[in-house]
Amino acid sequence: MGVEVAVRGLTKSFGGHPVWSDLTLTLPAGEISVLLGPSGTGKSVFLKTLVGLLRPDRGSVVIEGRDLPKLSERELYEVRKLFGVLFQDGALFGSMTIYDNVAFPLREHTRRSESEIRAVVTEKLEMVGLVGAEHKLPGEISGGMRKRAGLARALVLDPQIILFDEPDSGLDPVRTAYLNQLIVDLNQRTGATFLIVTHDINTARTVPDNIGLIYHGHLAMFGPREMLLSSTEPVVRQFLNAQRIGPIGMAEEKDAEELAAEAQAGVELPPLPPIPLQLPPSDGRPRRAERPPGQWCRENGVTPPPGSFEGRWAPEPSEVVR
Amino acid sequence: MSAPVSAVRHTGEFFAFCLDTLRGLGRRPVQVREFVQQAWFISSVSILPAALVSIPFGAVIALQLGSLVRQLGAQSFTGAASVLAVVREAGPIVTALIIAGAGGSAICADLGARKIREELDAMQVLGIDPIHRLVVPRVLASMLVAVLLNGLVSVVGVTGGYAFNVVLQGGTPGAYLASFQALGQLPDLLVGEVKALLFGAAAALVASHQGMTAKGGPKGVGDAVNRSVVITFMLLFALNFVVTAVYFQVVPQKGS
Repeated sequence: MGVEVAVRGLTKSFGGHPVWSDLTLTLPAGEISVLLGPSGTGKSVFLKTLVGLLRPDRGSVVIEGRDLPKLSERELYEVRKLFGVLFQDGALFGSMTIYDNVAFPLREHTRRSESEIRAVVTEKLEMVGLVGAEHKLPGEISGGMRKRAGLARALVLDPQIILFDEPDSGLDPVRTAYLNQLIVDLNQRTGATFLIVTHDINTARTVPDNIGLIYHGHLAMFGPREMLLSSTEPVVRQFLNAQRIGPIGMAEEKDAEELAAEAQAGVELPPLPPIPLQLPPSDGRPRRAERPPGQWCRENGVTPPPGSFEGRWAPEPSEVVR
Repeated sequence: MSAPVSAVRHTGEFFAFCLDTLRGLGRRPVQVREFVQQAWFISSVSILPAALVSIPFGAVIALQLGSLVRQLGAQSFTGAASVLAVVREAGPIVTALIIAGAGGSAICADLGARKIREELDAMQVLGIDPIHRLVVPRVLASMLVAVLLNGLVSVVGVTGGYAFNVVLQGGTPGAYLASFQALGQLPDLLVGEVKALLFGAAAALVASHQGMTAKGGPKGVGDAVNRSVVITFMLLFALNFVVTAVYFQVVPQKGS
C-alpha cells in the first residue's frame, strides 16, 4: 500500500563535476510526486540513483528502514522488487513480443504456471489498453504503445513505488492526457507511491500531490502542489509558468549582469495564473492521498491567484505558454 | 584522468567483471535456454567461415613445407609437420579469430544495443542480474563452440593439407598418414582444445564487458565492437604464447 522514500543529503558527481548535491526530500507514501527541472539537471540520474543503478557519492535513500547506497548487490536486487520503473522509451526487450516482455518478471521471479501468468499479464495489458497487440514485437508498435507496454511490465510484480522517466516525452498532447489519466487511475487502484520526472508543465500542474524542482545542482523547492503553484520564488515561478523572465537562461542559469539588466529594464513578471484543479480519477471516486482543493492555501494563509480551483482542471493554453 | 590511470582502471574493471561472471557460474537457476540459443547462434555464424579459412591454412602449410622438405630429403615427414602445425597452433588460432570476429562482435553489438536502449537497466530494476542472465550463458556457449570448432578446424585443416600434398605435390598418401605419429602425440590435441576453451572464454568475456559498458548512443556501440575485436585479438595472441610456453615446459616432446 505504498512505501515512503526518504532521501537525505544525496550528492552525485561524474568525473569531478557535481550533478546535484545535498538533495533532501521525502516522497510521502501513496502520493504522486513530480520532479521538474531544466534539461541536463540530472533528473534521470536521480531516478537511477533512487533504484540503486548508480551509487551516490554521499547521502542516503531509506526505504522500509533499509539504506540503499549501503546495501550489497544481492540485497539491492531484493529491494528493487519493490520498484516499478517506466523508462523513457519503455526499455522493452527487443527480441521478445509484448506478451513475453510483460510476462518476463513473472517467469523469472515466481513459480506460477503459464495459465496464472496469462491471467496476470492479460489484466495488466487491459489496464494500459494494449489487448490485441500481445504478439507484436516492440519494433512494430508506436512510441506511445511502447510506453504503455513498459508500464504494464513495470506493474506486473505489483510494485510499491512506481517511477516514471519522462512519460510524456515524444507523445502528442492527446496521448499525454490519456497517459496522465492512466497514472492517476493507477494511483487510485494500487495506492503505490509515484514519482514522475518530466518537463511537461501541464502534467506538473494537474497530476501530482507534490512538486519538486531541481535547479542549478540543488533542490530549489519540494512540497505540496499548491505551495509551488502559488509560490513567488523566482526560479519556481519562472519554470512552472514557462517564462523567459527569471533566473533560468537559455544555456544555463543567467549571470548576475543579465539579471541586473532585466531588473533595471523594469520587466514586470506577469501575474501568477490560477491554480487548476487536480486531475480526478476517471471513475469519480477519490484517491486515498487526495486533498480538497485549496486546503493547503487556507491552512497556510496563502491567497491563491484569482480564478483558482474553478471547475475545470486543465489550464487554458494561453495561461501556460507565455 | 591521465591515460595510464585510465588504462589501469579499465583493466581492473574488466577483471572485476570476470570475477562477477565466475561467481555467476555457480548461481541457480542455470540459464539453459539462453545457453542453447547462444551456442546455436555462435556456431551458425562461425562454422562456415572457420571451415573456409582452415582449408587454405592447411594447404599453405603443406606448400611451405613441401619444397623445403624435398630439398632435405625428408618427404616422409610432411604429414607429421603438417599435423603438428595445424593441431597445435593453427587450429586454436583460427578458432579464436573466428570466435572473436564472428561470435564476439555479435555478442558485443547485441549487449551494447541493449545497454543504450536501457534494456539492461530495466532488467536490473526488475531484479534480474544481467551478468547471470545474459553474460554467463554467452561465455559458456562461446567456450563450448570454440572447443567443438577447434576439432572441426583441425580435421578440415589436416584434410586440406593431405589433399594438397597428395594431389598437387605428388606426395605418397601412405607416407603422409604414417608419419602422423612421428612427431605429434595426444597431448598436442589436448592442449589445442585447452587453448580453444580459454580463447572462447576470453573472447566472450571481452565482448560482453565492452558491450555492457558501451555508452554514447549508436556510435558508442560501434566503438565498443571495434574495441572488443582489437582487444580480443591482442589478448588471444598473448594467451597463446603463455599457454604454448607452459606446454613445452610441462609435456616432454617426442624425439627430444
